Amino acid sequence: MPAVSKGDGMRGLAVFISDIRNCKSKEAEIKRINKELANIRSKFKGDKALDGYSKKKYVCKLLFIFLLGHDIDFGHMEAVNLLSSNRYTEKQIGYLFISVLVNSNSELIRLINNAIKNDLASRNPTFMGLALHCIANVGSREMAEAFAGEIPKILVAGDTMDSVKQSAALCLLRLYRTSPDFVPMGDWTSRVVHLLNDQHLGVVTAATSLITTLAQKNPEEFKTSVSLAVSRLSRIVTSASTDLQDYTYYFVPAPWLSVKLLRLLQCYPPPEDAAVRGRLTECLETILNKAQEPPKSKKVQHSNAKNAVLFEAISLIIHHDSEPNLLVRACNQLGQFLQHRETNLRYLALESMCTLASSEFSHEAVKTHIETVINALKTERDVSVRQRAVDLLYAMCDRSNAQQIVAEMLNYLETADYSIREEIVLKVAILAEKYAVDYTWYVDTILNLIRIAGDYVSEEVWYRVIQIVINRDDVQGYAAKTVFEALQAPACHENLVKVGGYILGEFGNLIAGDPRSSPLIQFNLLHSKFHLCSVPTRALLLSTYIKFVNLFPEIKTTIQDVLRSDSQLKNADVELQQRAVEYLRLSTIASTDILATVLEEMPPFPERESSILAKLKKKKGPGTVTDLEEIKKERNSDVNGGTESTPVNASTVSTPSPSADLLGLGAAPLTSSAPPPSTTGSLLVDVFSDSASVVAPLAPGSEDNFARFVCKNNGVLFENQLLQIGLKSEFRQNLGRMFIFYGNKTSTQFLNFTPTLICSDELQSSLNLQTKPVDPTVDGGAQVQQVVNIECISDFMEAPILNIQFRYGGTFQNISVKLPITLNKFFQPTEMASQDFFQRWKQLSNPQQEMQNIFKAKHPMDTEITKAKIIGFGSALLEEVDPNPANFVGAGIIHTKTTQIGCLLRLEPNLQAQMYRLTLRTSKETVSQRLCELLSEQF
Amino acid sequence: MIKFFLMVNKQGQTRLSRYYEHVEIHKRTMLEAEVIKNCLSRSREQCSFIEYKDFKLVYRQYAALFIVVGISETENEMAVYELIHNFVEVLDRYFSRVSELDIMFNLDRVHIILDEMVLNGCIVETNKNRILAPLFVLDKMAES
Repeated sequence: MPAVSKGDGMRGLAVFISDIRNCKSKEAEIKRINKELANIRSKFKGDKALDGYSKKKYVCKLLFIFLLGHDIDFGHMEAVNLLSSNRYTEKQIGYLFISVLVNSNSELIRLINNAIKNDLASRNPTFMGLALHCIANVGSREMAEAFAGEIPKILVAGDTMDSVKQSAALCLLRLYRTSPDFVPMGDWTSRVVHLLNDQHLGVVTAATSLITTLAQKNPEEFKTSVSLAVSRLSRIVTSASTDLQDYTYYFVPAPWLSVKLLRLLQCYPPPEDAAVRGRLTECLETILNKAQEPPKSKKVQHSNAKNAVLFEAISLIIHHDSEPNLLVRACNQLGQFLQHRETNLRYLALESMCTLASSEFSHEAVKTHIETVINALKTERDVSVRQRAVDLLYAMCDRSNAQQIVAEMLNYLETADYSIREEIVLKVAILAEKYAVDYTWYVDTILNLIRIAGDYVSEEVWYRVIQIVINRDDVQGYAAKTVFEALQAPACHENLVKVGGYILGEFGNLIAGDPRSSPLIQFNLLHSKFHLCSVPTRALLLSTYIKFVNLFPEIKTTIQDVLRSDSQLKNADVELQQRAVEYLRLSTIASTDILATVLEEMPPFPERESSILAKLKKKKGPGTVTDLEEIKKERNSDVNGGTESTPVNASTVSTPSPSADLLGLGAAPLTSSAPPPSTTGSLLVDVFSDSASVVAPLAPGSEDNFARFVCKNNGVLFENQLLQIGLKSEFRQNLGRMFIFYGNKTSTQFLNFTPTLICSDELQSSLNLQTKPVDPTVDGGAQVQQVVNIECISDFMEAPILNIQFRYGGTFQNISVKLPITLNKFFQPTEMASQDFFQRWKQLSNPQQEMQNIFKAKHPMDTEITKAKIIGFGSALLEEVDPNPANFVGAGIIHTKTTQIGCLLRLEPNLQAQMYRLTLRTSKETVSQRLCELLSEQF
Repeated sequence: MIKFFLMVNKQGQTRLSRYYEHVEIHKRTMLEAEVIKNCLSRSREQCSFIEYKDFKLVYRQYAALFIVVGISETENEMAVYELIHNFVEVLDRYFSRVSELDIMFNLDRVHIILDEMVLNGCIVETNKNRILAPLFVLDKMAES
């Protein structure tokens, strides 16, 4: 064992660390750690007072154990004692322990504050530094209250040492962030700004961070920082590399400080004062010039540091967006980086160029790099770089290059990484719509999208193509012809069937003159896909059929035969059955005139912002996309004037509310007999509609209640004074049904009672939930029931949220609870013999397939209860399989629509330690992980 | 702003962790495991910046040790990338040819160095002599 400890080698510590390193298994490591924890605990509790050295040694050990991922629940008091030591080494280790292990709401804060107070008053700069570090790192409200008055004084006092000033600056920043109310602006503010002039660059470095944050919140009060930052920057940039001595890094003068100053300047618009502005421009030009000079060192550190400053300077140039000359130079510089051999530079260049593309001064310059960017899409080996290239293509797209860019994106989509496909689909759809001059191109593009990446084409996208076709009669015939041809493919994506079904239902007559696409051929073509489709698509197709009855009376009997067949009229799905019955009836009793009125062509959709754009914004987070779009729109109108009014409009044409209009199809006129259209629509998406108003945070106790349902299916999910929610559910293979009972516990009516199921985007793709709205009025003492049909498409981690909003008396109630639909519900138990079990166990020995958790028992360790829980979890409980009779093993199969996943589990209780070890092995990493998480909470 | 600073070896063992925003201990272990998995799966040709959840990771590999820094959107990636190197150079100067073992056995000192360089998620000092000054004081006291 090499004794490598430096300085006052702590032998005990070295031995302990070596022991840990030599542990062969995780169990051995835990055993060793527990032994050490027991040892330290007894030392701390012992009667013998520990000397500083021992305390320090033990604290170091605890730090190490904490680093290994074990929570430390003692030793805090000892660390606090170390704070009042007069020896620097002991005090230092005490502060270290506290800043790593104590979080801001610890009860010890008051004791710690006392120690800090003493150290701050000590006038010993080393002690002051330690105390300030501690505040900067822990930074609780109590600390803010105690020291917010003191620290600004330390910071601006003339006699404070430089290193103390540095710590004080960041300390104040911390307090300002946690509790701005305790840090009032005052006399000190102007003096803080002048720290930018401090002769010590370390002080300037620390102060710049503080000033940047303060200036973001109080731009007026810190306005003077602009000219000071510019002159400081100018002195750094123009200095000879030897001037700044130790702050020069590989011949680059103070790179980190330069970056911070440039960042501070980004809090403000370009300086108004001409002299300051001139000086800044000069600085920025110098930085750009330096990038072109031969490097002063071949070391990569030199160019990295130089480029860090350069990229920040470019950010500032883009932020100011006022000097065309600088913007174009920045663009050219980035263009060079696009072909650099360093991947890091290519990545950053693509990223910055993306923002540059939205500036009217540099948009054209950015466009000149289109070939390079397209090439990056094809050749880059790193998916994050390719993603940036896609972003940039999207940003630089305008009417002149839209066809090329869309074609390239479609090309790339065929091989694109799964993680970014959906985003590319959205981008292509938006660009195709926005820059379509010829709408046949638009229709082709969207159909191509569905063909290449059908699974990633979301509802918004295919709704949109239908809206556009309906609103533009010049493209309807072409659209009908194209979808008809596309549907000829033996295997086509369900989304294509949806679009095809809708468009032929509306405009099939436009191509019916051609004997190759006669009414009967159209109908047979669609109906050949019917049985392969999911319920919502079939529902849509049934509506198409009734429209065909109206469009093509000659095939009425064929269609009636289909509607009349048992598979339709007696379909197990209520929605399909109802449509079949009603459409059949409608086709028999209604006269031609009535049919024609009822099934008239859809009226044009009202004009609204594209829902696709909204979706992309949501995906990318606010800010990024919005700004770009807005700026571009402005440019379109400014630069191109009114000449292009139609296409600009096209981007803002129309979006109907996503569900009702499109899928309600034939239902609307049938209100008397059919459920109202919104109900029909809800079959698909109403439950997920994001129009839901603000959703309440989870109700207290929701997590606990949720955990209780992991191993059982029935019970009370939520209860307060007004409302009780009960659940009853059953699952079979990948399907399930949940009955939710809402009980009004009061004697007053609930009004506008709306329960909504909310799934994240991710969850939506793996879990399909269907439900119908409940009656909006719940009488006092009454109970209403809601049925949720559940289909598990693929394995999932999160749980849906049930949000309930209603009015009670005069008050609005908003409650959210987690709905216990968990992956284990789709378990089918599997019995197997010991030999089989262990054989499979071995087959699943890949580390990604296994998930293990060791945890403390939260409930009494009772064998029978444990057994019941494992069975309730859904797996089979296998008796006499594990050689150790105290252990529990289970096996089962998780059923999802796409696959089945075999799962094995083993639970090893340790009565003595009151601990369990749970091991999950399944063929899928995420499944092991999720099941392990869920089951660990149960014992 | 810097959110965390990690040193993790190829086996996934954490050798140093410093969080500048409070993170629960069990979440830390998960985060560290995920972060290192992300880094290990990448080749040398890939860039050193990874978008991860709502922040970015900047990482550098030294022999079997990865240094990974989590940063917010507003931080300059390249500057952080070089900060890592500066940190390693400081360690190298102090331990003369630093190795993973030095870091394990002198955790407290590595912490002191890092605290001198990064405070509250901000870069506070980049000058090697000044970073090491308090440590030399400490060592001198220990000797006497």
